[in-house]
Amino acid sequence: MTRPVLRDDVRIIDTTLRDGSHAVAHRFTETQVRDTVRALDAAGVEWIEVSHGDGVGGSSFNYGFSGTDEMSLINAAREEARRAKIAVLLVPGIGTVDDLKRAHDAGAEMVRVATHCTEADVSPQHFAVARELGMETAGFLMMAHKTDPENLAKQARIMVDAGCQAPYVTDSAGALLMGDARARFEALVAEVGDEAWVGYHGHQNMSLGVANSVIAHEAGVRYIDGSLCALGAGAGNSPTEVLGAVFDRLGVATGLDAGLLLDAAEEVVRPYLSRWPKMDRNAIVQGWAGVYSSFLLHAERAAERYKVPAHAILRRCGERGYVGGQEDMIIDIAIGLAEEQTT
Amino acid sequence: MGQQKIPAAIVGPGNIGTDLLAKLAHSPVIDVRYVVGIVESDGLARARARGIEASAEGVDWLLRQNPLPQIVFEATSAKAHAASAPRYAEAGIQAVDLTPAHLGPMVSPAVNGADHIASPNISMITCGGQATIPIVHAVSRITPVSYAEIVASIASRSAGAGTRANIDEFTHTTGQAVAEVGGATRGKAIIILNPVEPPMIMRDTVFCMIGGDADRAAITASVHEMVAAVQEYVPGYTLRAEPQFDEPTEAWGGHARVAVFLEVKGNGDYLPPFAGNLDIMTAAAARIGELMARAKLEASA
Repeated sequence: MTRPVLRDDVRIIDTTLRDGSHAVAHRFTETQVRDTVRALDAAGVEWIEVSHGDGVGGSSFNYGFSGTDEMSLINAAREEARRAKIAVLLVPGIGTVDDLKRAHDAGAEMVRVATHCTEADVSPQHFAVARELGMETAGFLMMAHKTDPENLAKQARIMVDAGCQAPYVTDSAGALLMGDARARFEALVAEVGDEAWVGYHGHQNMSLGVANSVIAHEAGVRYIDGSLCALGAGAGNSPTEVLGAVFDRLGVATGLDAGLLLDAAEEVVRPYLSRWPKMDRNAIVQGWAGVYSSFLLHAERAAERYKVPAHAILRRCGERGYVGGQEDMIIDIAIGLAEEQTT
Repeated sequence: MGQQKIPAAIVGPGNIGTDLLAKLAHSPVIDVRYVVGIVESDGLARARARGIEASAEGVDWLLRQNPLPQIVFEATSAKAHAASAPRYAEAGIQAVDLTPAHLGPMVSPAVNGADHIASPNISMITCGGQATIPIVHAVSRITPVSYAEIVASIASRSAGAGTRANIDEFTHTTGQAVAEVGGATRGKAIIILNPVEPPMIMRDTVFCMIGGDADRAAITASVHEMVAAVQEYVPGYTLRAEPQFDEPTEAWGGHARVAVFLEVKGNGDYLPPFAGNLDIMTAAAARIGELMARAKLEASA
């Protein structure tokens, strides 16, 4: 299996309609999806990720039920895209190969299989099915700050050997400082050589998503994620419109029209934002304490329900080393904090 | 003392098989005569050290023994069990299946343990299923549960290569059992592996969709009663908090929700206590095996 030929110097993958799903509590409407896909497509974005924030099959009590069935949204995105293709996320343990097949039927042509950064060996069955379906593949090594560069590279190797064309340094907590990020990029690029590309998925919790994207490119990373208006979990993702502008100034070809991306962010996404992801106390604590960004809204809800501070919940999530998917533990922590307050 | 016991065998002398052997060593009704693998291993050596006949010649060897076991506990793989199951059945041996093969009825001792003790083959579902299905049942015996969802978090070190390579099987089998055995209309299962050190003790969360007017006091009492029933075979099975009730919302289709937070600490018989996921499987299998053995003893008495 080989890595795909790239159209440009860097392949920017837009995840407004997937990571952004966290920021809208998984309640994207079909109209919002169509409008966003049309604008991204016009701006030259090659790949657009659409699914529940926790990946296909993520609709649940634990992560939030989808307002509109994600397969309808994937299908709508596919219909709307003229040049762009549709990607989906799949987290083994949450989504299954059945969900992947449904997404493929609905029009998805790439899957990004996501595991915790030390657990890549739960992904091979999903990569195998994706390749049988003829889909492009990428692999998320989530919470990449939780293991060292050498081990992260070994985990990337597991994914590549299973059929992954682009393992990612996935900074789910927005916790990677620039030197830590560079060391991981270099380790993965050295490990996979020309068998695969390396990707970077950033969060803005400590404001480093765009800076790390520039470092990523310097280190040989060729898949870089962004979201319009940063729409994503925690303080959001590296804004696609900023990536477009920065790489344009750097003279790095992305195939994107920076002006049209700015229009898409300002005129299409901004009007439907219920909240603009921002670096407030709760989000910064996530980067600082190394907490999965998607925990933010769940912590805020539990804080309201149990009358305890959200940032205290999030800090405890960091202390206990909870990983992506353990949203149920947020309620458990909130109950514990409320008991501590009354005793 | 001197009471008759039913001869049994353990096929698959890995971590699960060895822990099960430790649990059954004290059984008043089961006598583990044989432990079987397909290669020489530490597990076989441990069995021999206990004075048990152990062989690396697989099921072929087992079926040549006299007396034959009347109950086989199989802790191999789904594929291996699927191959052996017809041979056990032909020989009149009951099988307690700890693999995800799911050939026979799915059983949770605290829910439907007595219903299938005459079945030639019983599926122990999955670790996450054993930990959560009793709670789904505790709610559904009080009020209709239109949807139940379970989240099982286990320590990375307690997830073996088989679980990892076939994580979808866990999701499917557990989700199906949450509905069929737990008594929910629809079921969903989620599994999370957490590598934190020191290893986290198994945690399980059960969410049930219920009516806004369901009898919450009765549900809470039923959950406590069920936890006590599971504690009979898994002493480290505990509630982290009282059941949590959330009011109906539009996002839940106008339904209310009850959430139950569990911790499953293993007995540390052979496996470390954090591996509650493995302990609850072996404890449940031992429990079912003993029910089968008692039925056989009563029938012959």
